[in-house]
Amino acid sequence: MWRFITMRLLQAIPVILVVITATFFLVRMAPGGPFDSEKPVTREVKAALEAQYKLDLPLYQQYFSYLGDLAHGDLGPSFKYSGRSVNELIAAGFPVTAELGLYALLVALGIGCLAGIFAALRPNTPQDYIPMSAAMIGICMPSFLLGPLLVLVFGIYLDWLPVSGWGDIPGDKILPSITLGAAYAAYIARLGRAGMLEVLNQDYIRTARAKGLPEWQVVLKHSLRGGMIPVVAFLGPAFAGLLAGSFVVETIFQIPGLGRFYVQAAFNRDYTMILGTTVFLSVLIVLFNLLSDILAAWMNPRLRAQYGK
Amino acid sequence: MALLDVQNLEVSFVTRNGTNKAVDGISFSVDTGKITAIIGESGSGKSVACYSLLGLVPQPPGRIDGGRALFEGRDLLQMDEHQLREIRGRDIAMIFQDPMTCLNPYMTIGKQLMEPLLYHRKVAREAARERALELLEEVGIRDPAATIDNFPHQFSGGMRQRVMIAMALINEPKLLIADEPTTALDVTIQAQILKLIAELQHKRDIGVIFISHDLAVVADIADTIVVMKQGQIVETGDREGIFHNARDPYTKKLLAAIPTDSKAPLPGQPEPLIKVRKLCTWFAQGHGKEPVKAVNDVSFDIHRGEVLGLVGESGSGKSTIGRSILRLVPVTSGEVNFDGTELTRLEGRELKTMRRRMQMIFQDPFASLNPRMTVYDTLAEPLLLHGIETRKSVAQGVLKLMDDVGLARAFVRKYPHEFSGGQRQRIAIGRALATRPEFVVADEPVSALDVTIQAQILDLMQALGREYGLTMLFVSHDLAVVRHLADRILVLYHGKIVEQGSGDDLFERPQEAYTRQLLQSIPGRSLLA
Repeated sequence: MWRFITMRLLQAIPVILVVITATFFLVRMAPGGPFDSEKPVTREVKAALEAQYKLDLPLYQQYFSYLGDLAHGDLGPSFKYSGRSVNELIAAGFPVTAELGLYALLVALGIGCLAGIFAALRPNTPQDYIPMSAAMIGICMPSFLLGPLLVLVFGIYLDWLPVSGWGDIPGDKILPSITLGAAYAAYIARLGRAGMLEVLNQDYIRTARAKGLPEWQVVLKHSLRGGMIPVVAFLGPAFAGLLAGSFVVETIFQIPGLGRFYVQAAFNRDYTMILGTTVFLSVLIVLFNLLSDILAAWMNPRLRAQYGK
Repeated sequence: MALLDVQNLEVSFVTRNGTNKAVDGISFSVDTGKITAIIGESGSGKSVACYSLLGLVPQPPGRIDGGRALFEGRDLLQMDEHQLREIRGRDIAMIFQDPMTCLNPYMTIGKQLMEPLLYHRKVAREAARERALELLEEVGIRDPAATIDNFPHQFSGGMRQRVMIAMALINEPKLLIADEPTTALDVTIQAQILKLIAELQHKRDIGVIFISHDLAVVADIADTIVVMKQGQIVETGDREGIFHNARDPYTKKLLAAIPTDSKAPLPGQPEPLIKVRKLCTWFAQGHGKEPVKAVNDVSFDIHRGEVLGLVGESGSGKSTIGRSILRLVPVTSGEVNFDGTELTRLEGRELKTMRRRMQMIFQDPFASLNPRMTVYDTLAEPLLLHGIETRKSVAQGVLKLMDDVGLARAFVRKYPHEFSGGQRQRIAIGRALATRPEFVVADEPVSALDVTIQAQILDLMQALGREYGLTMLFVSHDLAVVRHLADRILVLYHGKIVEQGSGDDLFERPQEAYTRQLLQSIPGRSLLA
């Protein structure tokens, strides 16, 4: 198992290196720079600023110096928020994004698994069609449409829940979590349904029924584990999607998470902030993909034995 | 009174294309301490009939139209799901065909074994485990204490079937339904499992329904034999009656389809077509591990026009030999000489030219035919590829092939899924013959087929062999089939040839212990001899 994990981590290094390199040069290719603003600054001031942030060096030198700092875990100073480092900004914004992502994941897993299992129990009946149609709508509906709709219905017409904020008023975390999790709930429902249907058609399910087990035991004890493997394997990519999606949701609900910093950094040409957030998120995504792969392998005894060696 | 008395059972399937009667008014009974065998080809309704008794046929599309099934005086067909569940796994237990897929791969066998006890008898966990260990011991699992917490994939097919049997017997059922319990197993394992079932049945004095497509399998163990065809019973009788005085023409056909005879030996041959010398094919198993020696130092000749049979259990290397000769797997060392050309050193274009002279027929015709190609495309492709026919003449060539393998010309635009297993194997044979090969490797070409279809395909292969002057390497785990077709037989064990000789030599005067063991495993020897 450790061998498998080490191999996967080693494989991740070139991936992350490619991400860094591509982002670094793409950002530099975008027109404008961090110190261009409506109010022109004098040539001397600009030169001094650029020298301070090493922007006067040739591009390749900047690149290697960035890599060198990165190797020490230093993401550099923010160009926009003077005096604050990218590390500090990420440390401030990430807990909020992580919390939002976690709740959204719980929403997605809870609703998705239940709907998927429910639908698989009676395929091609209304019990299947209704949740699956809802899932299709969930997949098609972008969060920037779903969010305002939910705000409109539950925040304004019904006045049950706060319309924005994070942790200020009780209940203000509910709508953002649902908005972010909805599409993933839908994906998970469809994956869960397909996985369960496949398992429920296996010969060993017939064996379980022939033993006289009641239907709930057949489903919970014999089908669930195999049926949920596709869902578990999807959690890694889902996590990546949740992080990316959180930027939109944070903007809709005015949540002070990492996403808003990220989007603003792009507008501000805050080179180090863009790069730092990208590196940070790609490392997280790689780790979570690894985690979900390990989990999925561990759930299958045959693979577990293979990797266990 | 009979333990189970089924009267006029009718089951149908309601599909979009109308109602299909799977079981059409059958009656049979099972007595305590007796084995009733239900014999029929796939689609004859034998499994559906038994599953419907226990409510294991999904409804819809299944529908029980009528009849009674009295089990200890109570009608199973009138019971609701709850009552049936009480009987399933406690009074009536089942064993299924494929032990590979019938055990839950995500649960240890111990957990699966204990389940019926825990659910039906409400015994304590420790007691259930104790009982599971006893039963594993009884069905012949070595060292149950060490293996009870293993997962199914850690057992071989035969061992898994033993686990299935232990699971079925753990609640001391009164009736056991065994649905083709040995079909997926090697012939020696099959013999062991049959013996085990018969022993356990005798010891516990329970009733058994034994479902099979193969009359020979039940020849040694059945008390009563019920022959089914298209949902109806064509004949019922005791074992002696069925084997020696069958009245129904279908039963006679089934009996006749069991291959028993030997082929007459060929006259002496000068130079062999194929010479195999010290052939080794090893498969690497990851670094640091011993390679799997699938074929290990094997030498033999195949003469022109000869059918050479290759028998052995799974894993004996028999398929690998065929593939090595055709260069479909990399050969580790040794020589394969085909009509004066050394095959193991050929590359590229030369190999392609040689391949045209050698073809292969596979076990599963459905898997080896492209589902998106019609019969016409499948047969025309090799004809055009090897330049045997031109674009103008190819249609004639395809029709000629279809005639040769006994496929109606009207099927020429159909796709593989529209054919039955036997017809698909005919297509596969037609494709193999399209290039006018001199040598054909047939790898278990009939083991996926029903017995009567199997007999037809074997006859076809024999006839085509003569017509095309084919030399054939016939690979099979079924000794009876090989004896029927082959001029000479090689017996393989662990990648080595242990014995060779003509069919009669081998069957009448086996020299090696392993050959004798194989022969003793052939079901129904006593009644068919």
